Amino acid sequence: MPDRPLSPHLSVYKFKYTLLSSILNRITGLALTAGLLVLGYWLVALSQGAEAYAKAEVMLSHPFFKLIFAGMAFAFAYHLLAGIRHLIWDTGRGLERRQSQQSAWAVGVISVLLTAALLYWACTRAGVL
Amino acid sequence: MSLQNPLGRVLGLGAAKEGVHHWWVQRLTSIALIPLTVWFVVSLLAMPAYDYTTLVSWIAHGWTPILLVMFIAVSAWHSKLGVQVVVEDYVHGGVKTLSLILSTFAHTLVAAAAIFAVLKVAFGITT
Repeated sequence: MPDRPLSPHLSVYKFKYTLLSSILNRITGLALTAGLLVLGYWLVALSQGAEAYAKAEVMLSHPFFKLIFAGMAFAFAYHLLAGIRHLIWDTGRGLERRQSQQSAWAVGVISVLLTAALLYWACTRAGVL
Repeated sequence: MSLQNPLGRVLGLGAAKEGVHHWWVQRLTSIALIPLTVWFVVSLLAMPAYDYTTLVSWIAHGWTPILLVMFIAVSAWHSKLGVQVVVEDYVHGGVKTLSLILSTFAHTLVAAAAIFAVLKVAFGITT
């Protein structure tokens, strides 16, 4: 490819938390894409009968996967709220600097609370709490 | 009158006019995924147990298979559009095209396998 002029790139911008909120939306989105693979594996194992599912169940209940699911809970909470923030932007609202800074904070705080609530629910029903 | 020069037209240069469609479908799938993902997460957490019998009867019951098929299809579509944007931003040249092709194929394969699995369970076909 010929050397073409580049538009201002990541490295020239001062780091701000609104930048973090944008990149986190991408990262959580990619994490949920990985979650889609786990969902596919789980459903296919289920469709192959009780024996195949028993094997998948052993693997998916491993502590490593529990950690993955906890991360997935945060990815879901964050991507859901950040996505709603984007949909509000698409209507032309909330684009002022102060508003977007406030909504970045709101998405961060509420997604952590939502994750905590989801994990609390998961732990109580598993008998951990 | 077009401002595009004749050579550019012959070579097919310029916008492919697909950007708006990509943007719109990404929004459409976002809106659909709000209720679908919340339903899925709440259903999983409210499940009495995760053993084979419980899950099979859940999948076969009432609206579950219909919602599951929609959840899988819309998620995969939304994910495909999202991964495409990430690849287009960070990967360049021939690797970009290859990555986009692989991502599209992988998303289609996962969605097809997952939907087929749901239908098998819902129709009571156990092998």
